[in-house]
Amino acid sequence: MVGGPVPWGMGLQESGGPIKDAIASFNELVFWLMVAITVFVAILLAWCMWRYNATRNPVPSQNSHNTPLEIAWTVIPVLILLVIAVPSFRLIYYQDRARDADLTINVIGHQWFWSYQFPDHGNFTFESRPIQDEDIRPGQFRSLEVDEPLVVPVGRTIRVMTSGVDVIHSFFVPSLGVQRYTIPGRTLETWMRADRVGTFYGQCNQICGVNHWFMPIVVKAVPQEEFDAWVASARTRFARQDAPAPALAASENDTIRIAAARQ
Amino acid sequence: MAHADAHGHDDHKPSFVNRWLFSTNHKDIGTLYILFSLFAAIIGIGLSVLMRMELQHPGLQFFSDGQMWNAYVSAHGLIMVFFVIMPALIGGFGNWFVPIMIGAPDMAFPRLNNISFWLLVPAFLLLGGSLFVGGGAGAGWTIYPPLSDDTYQTGPAMDMALFALHLAGASSILGAANFITTIFNMRAPGMTLHKMPLFVWSMLVTAFLLLLAVPVLGGAITMLITDRNFGTAFFDPAGGGDPVLFQHLFWFFGHPEVYIMILPAFGIISHVISTFCKKPVFGYLGMAYAMVAIGVVGFVVWAHHMYTSGMDVDTRAYFMAATMVIAVPTGVKIFSWIATMWGGSMRFDTPMLFAIGFIFLFTVGGVTGVVLANAGITQILHNTYYVVAHFHYVLSLGAVFGIYAGIYYWIGKMSGRQYPEKLGKIHFWMTFVGVNILFFPMHFLGNQGMPRRYPDYPDAFWGWNFVASMGAYLSVASFIFFFYVMYVTFKRGAVAAPNYWGEGATTLEWQISSPPPFHSFDELPKIR
Repeated sequence: MVGGPVPWGMGLQESGGPIKDAIASFNELVFWLMVAITVFVAILLAWCMWRYNATRNPVPSQNSHNTPLEIAWTVIPVLILLVIAVPSFRLIYYQDRARDADLTINVIGHQWFWSYQFPDHGNFTFESRPIQDEDIRPGQFRSLEVDEPLVVPVGRTIRVMTSGVDVIHSFFVPSLGVQRYTIPGRTLETWMRADRVGTFYGQCNQICGVNHWFMPIVVKAVPQEEFDAWVASARTRFARQDAPAPALAASENDTIRIAAARQ
Repeated sequence: MAHADAHGHDDHKPSFVNRWLFSTNHKDIGTLYILFSLFAAIIGIGLSVLMRMELQHPGLQFFSDGQMWNAYVSAHGLIMVFFVIMPALIGGFGNWFVPIMIGAPDMAFPRLNNISFWLLVPAFLLLGGSLFVGGGAGAGWTIYPPLSDDTYQTGPAMDMALFALHLAGASSILGAANFITTIFNMRAPGMTLHKMPLFVWSMLVTAFLLLLAVPVLGGAITMLITDRNFGTAFFDPAGGGDPVLFQHLFWFFGHPEVYIMILPAFGIISHVISTFCKKPVFGYLGMAYAMVAIGVVGFVVWAHHMYTSGMDVDTRAYFMAATMVIAVPTGVKIFSWIATMWGGSMRFDTPMLFAIGFIFLFTVGGVTGVVLANAGITQILHNTYYVVAHFHYVLSLGAVFGIYAGIYYWIGKMSGRQYPEKLGKIHFWMTFVGVNILFFPMHFLGNQGMPRRYPDYPDAFWGWNFVASMGAYLSVASFIFFFYVMYVTFKRGAVAAPNYWGEGATTLEWQISSPPPFHSFDELPKIR
């Protein structure tokens, strides 16, 4: 499948994984409740305008209190909010982080491209840069394609660690239901999983300078064997000069080294 | 009660310079604020039209690069917040009507009032000027470091913008102190707090929000200025600082700020609905304390702007719950307005049309706010056009409709000339249709994942962007038409009686002439 925006699309993007599924089903609940409230208010307004206008009701009532009514419109919204709150809390705790992830990927935002590290697979790092308009091939999406997509195994829970080196960016893949800032000096954790084979598009979602609008994200979910083959070739293609270090330490070292160099 | 003052009790007629540059009269300062706000709106809305022209089609057409775009986006946001909405609602209507409504001769500190206004002028010049210096200040209105640091926004443009915020902030703090003092100390005999008109209540709560929130912004941007210019590292991780600290400080100010912009509009809407339904406001005390509750809770929800900044999940859960609580007092207000209409004898003059439009559109913006309160959904809506749609529904369609309602409601009082009703109605319908075509499709774009602050976008987003741009052109046409309506008002408007709205208009400003005499009350009015 292709996870991305569609022309004239109105709802959320198509779902590529369990987090997005959970968001979509909860969003459905909230959406219809909100539609109901809006329609209710609109009907009340329309009724008042029709029934209580100066021609139909020349003598206004002077009634300005109704305690039961006031209690009702305080308590009923509270109840509606409770209906929303319970699944909402469940959703954020589900989204927060993976209990037992199958693999970890470090995501680092740069002005204006992404780099990805695979600490569990030999700690190789590679950069993912946008494809310029003139190099877009037929069938590709302008402003959304990159030279080296982030390849992930389908159906595997991926721990995502985001960090930054220059300014704040946001790693945002709507169809996988994932978004985290990449902040210099910090490492944030979240997780994602693609349950369907396909390509999932995202874009940087925090203003980050001149090319904020041109640092797309492409996540390609492939079967495990294909992923293993990709890892094998990637380890040679993106071999690092320095020895592989443990995952977190590596990303933090990078951050400090680059940030310090700027002073 | 106060009586219209027929004989001219001003034995002196101040010269132009004395009256308009050294003004100490709350009504003159209010007029200056409103004129200033209209001028700033021309610039702020002009920037947004350029942005919509760029976004009408994919690709870069009018903007040279992303930095220019970012500078325009930032300037649009800051101008609309600090130099259009706040001056119109707080400095403009607040100055004009708070003293009159509580039966006070003027504001407590007239010269402080004057400097509050005149601080805004250099602030606006600095911010406007920053667009033309270097690449402009392109870090968004939220000015998050490190993007707002000197490494990434080189040159003086960002410093100019920050200093503009300092001046505008000082103006707001002084104004707030003035309003609080006036409202607490200068009410006419019998005007107890629980008899105060709701607009005065809204200004009281707003002033407290300003007094408590703006200094935090001042501290944050001072640290940013020293980070930029004097080698400190408050927000620089390389020096032990933390970029997320800035986000906390900014939003500790920024969230109350959105209530600062909407609460005065709440006050105006209450007066307009009561007047045109010929009924007292339903549940007066509930209305007043709902605003107090919104103000208090508004201070403890700030981090719902930071769901993707990596806060602990328990912290997010708290901010989510607190944010949803705000829906309750807001609901009380919406339903109380409708209950005010219930059983009323409604006239649909232009102010009332804007008030009804306000209720409906604020409800739409409110329910999308409830959607966004849920951190789970906001994980994929944060920073998208859904957020842009939400805050334009509550501000551009909420606060701005409040301003228009106020202008049409009080223009006869302020100028002595009544607006032409037919033209006012045309203006309402143009605005109502235009802004909905403009902002409603943004919900779809956000659902589809279009990030904000993008000068160019993937082609799939083209359709709704095109529709939104068409709405923008209609909206700006309605804004130009508004100036025509004002021109006709001043040129040919009917002379306004003291109480031209009739029996529904009960507050003190309707007891004095239109326009009010230089000193509104010769002797203190007595409130029954």
